[in-house]
Amino acid sequence: MLIIEMLNAILVIVMILNLFALGNSRIQTVIRIVGTQGALLGLVPLLLHTDLTLPVVLASAAAILLKGLAIPLMMTRSLRAAQIKREAEPLIGFVPSIVLGAIVTGTILLVSSRLAPTGIPAESLIIPTSLATICTGFILLITRYKAISQVLGYLVLENGIYIFGMLLVEAIPLVVEMGVLLDLFVGIFVVSIITNHINQAFSSMDTRRLVSLREE
Amino acid sequence: MAFILILFPLVLAGIAALIPSNRWRPWVLPVAGVAHLALTVLVLQRPDMRVTNAWLVLDPPGVIVLLVVSILYLFSAFYSVGYLQYRAERSNRVFVACLLIFLGVIGLVTWSHHLGLMWVAIEATTLSTAPLIYFNHSKLSIEATWKYLLVGSVGIALALLGTFFLAYSAMAAGLAPSLQYEELLVTAPGLSKTWLHAAVILLLIGYGTKMGLAPMHTWKPDAYGEAPGVIGAILAGGVTSCAFLAFLRVYHITLAAGEAIFIQRILLFMGLLSMAVAGLFMVGQRDFKRMLAYSSVEHMGILMIGLGIGAPALFGTMLHIMTNGLTKGVLFLSAGNIHRSYNSKSTDVVQGAMRRLPLSAGLFLAGFIAITGSPPFGPFVSEFSILNGAFSAGKYLVAGLFLVFLLVVFIGMGQTVLKVVQGRVPAELPPTRYRDAWHTTAPVVALMALVLLLGVSIPDPLRALLDDAVRFLGSRP
Repeated sequence: MLIIEMLNAILVIVMILNLFALGNSRIQTVIRIVGTQGALLGLVPLLLHTDLTLPVVLASAAAILLKGLAIPLMMTRSLRAAQIKREAEPLIGFVPSIVLGAIVTGTILLVSSRLAPTGIPAESLIIPTSLATICTGFILLITRYKAISQVLGYLVLENGIYIFGMLLVEAIPLVVEMGVLLDLFVGIFVVSIITNHINQAFSSMDTRRLVSLREE
Repeated sequence: MAFILILFPLVLAGIAALIPSNRWRPWVLPVAGVAHLALTVLVLQRPDMRVTNAWLVLDPPGVIVLLVVSILYLFSAFYSVGYLQYRAERSNRVFVACLLIFLGVIGLVTWSHHLGLMWVAIEATTLSTAPLIYFNHSKLSIEATWKYLLVGSVGIALALLGTFFLAYSAMAAGLAPSLQYEELLVTAPGLSKTWLHAAVILLLIGYGTKMGLAPMHTWKPDAYGEAPGVIGAILAGGVTSCAFLAFLRVYHITLAAGEAIFIQRILLFMGLLSMAVAGLFMVGQRDFKRMLAYSSVEHMGILMIGLGIGAPALFGTMLHIMTNGLTKGVLFLSAGNIHRSYNSKSTDVVQGAMRRLPLSAGLFLAGFIAITGSPPFGPFVSEFSILNGAFSAGKYLVAGLFLVFLLVVFIGMGQTVLKVVQGRVPAELPPTRYRDAWHTTAPVVALMALVLLLGVSIPDPLRALLDDAVRFLGSRP
């Protein structure tokens, strides 16, 4: 049972990080929060596998390096290039965002405690944490206007999906897991190039300026 | 075989990136196109080559998509060589390399029989095409690329969640989870219904975003409008067909689970909605490339309606993948020529194209007549076959709405196309150097000939492939 408790401890931290990400206006801090979340999640496979094989360790190491180090570094660089520090005026303020996130998380925890998941110990928080993190990602995506903040929302969404994948260790082979990570890496790489160009062309990272293309 | 087909374009992409000459680099594309089509034909003749391992299997619907993408790619590759000559001032290194990577990952989509692997490949098609949309480096193309990447990635992330839900639906029912296609087909009847339904909805939203079904189509007019014409052809004929194939596998599993009524109702609704939305935005559309994007939304809707009707319309649906893909090639490539010659894509400026570019304008007009389902072209046969299926399945309301929407689209699209093609060239037009040239029209003529051929008579080997695909979708292991 120790493993389940450790796993749940990590998942609770992940949910708390969600709320921090929602409530922070400094983009650099949010990058760090999301990076920490990704790195923590990268540790989980080491807990879940009873016998640690080399591929499992490699996959875990790749996830930690990518989500905890490489992606935050790439994003910090484009943030510096853009010379912005804060998400100025989100659609929903920072405190209301935290409240909204907390309500959503609480509701999901309540509802899921009534479902009896099979195949995993009943007390595991994997499914509710996954859904709460996905919802947090969506709140960030919808309510933030800076291009970088939206990318951070996407990363949180991806973390949420990654948590759900922990249930399916047998169904997701290493090749696929590495493929997903590779896609994520290339995706963030391409996106940071595009955000840099948005900043150069529009002298701003505000996606509200990207409204030239529409029906007349 | 799968490895060769998937890896050789990636190797060529590496080689292309190393070639220093901007002038000679684009020639790697036709080389890859010819080799790819040759290998595809070889696989078609040797069914024993279609199984590499449990994860890489070329099933009959995969064959259809691989074939249409390979043909479209070949002609687009020759066209690209001509196109890039007009863009000689800009480095085409990224353009050529990304187009080659795209060819490789499209092979992986068609071959993958593991839904996780398939997801990785579909996401890779998004990533490899994003820099292509951005090729012109204008403010508008940045905006289009940003929307394409963000909407596409979020949509496709939901498809990953759906894929996980699908695997979990086995666990929730006490079975061993798997994402291998054949294993899922076997266990399908025993899957937990609640999780299966949630999975199918998420996968429909995810891959539907990639296909550009309404209401997830918002990125499409922007991306197709700002991308070079040849990329529009690749996106509208290749990427959408691949996303459709991905959903087709989900559809097959849902049918095997005995949930035909559940999924078919949703698909009919989504399909009709897409046709209606496309028709609505096409009427009075002044931008002829955006118009083509809405035409793509419409045809993805038609494909969904075909699946929604079920068995009687499946032959038409499979054929429509081909006819739509090839006709979209004709339309986007000729529209690219017109765009280049007028340096505008608004019908306020672009008029009298028949006088300025007789061949491209003629092809554009012929492509319009074909895509709206007029005989004697391919899409007529496939759309008629789907309509026939609707009648024989007793879905008269669907058939009626289908016809009404086709008519609306015909009128809306016709207005715009005729404005482009007919009339006089505006006098105060700034001069451009592009006029009809053989290297940017011959590939389009060839594609148009294929569209005509499919309308006049379907060759027997192709008919056999289509029948195989229909039989495959009806099969339950």
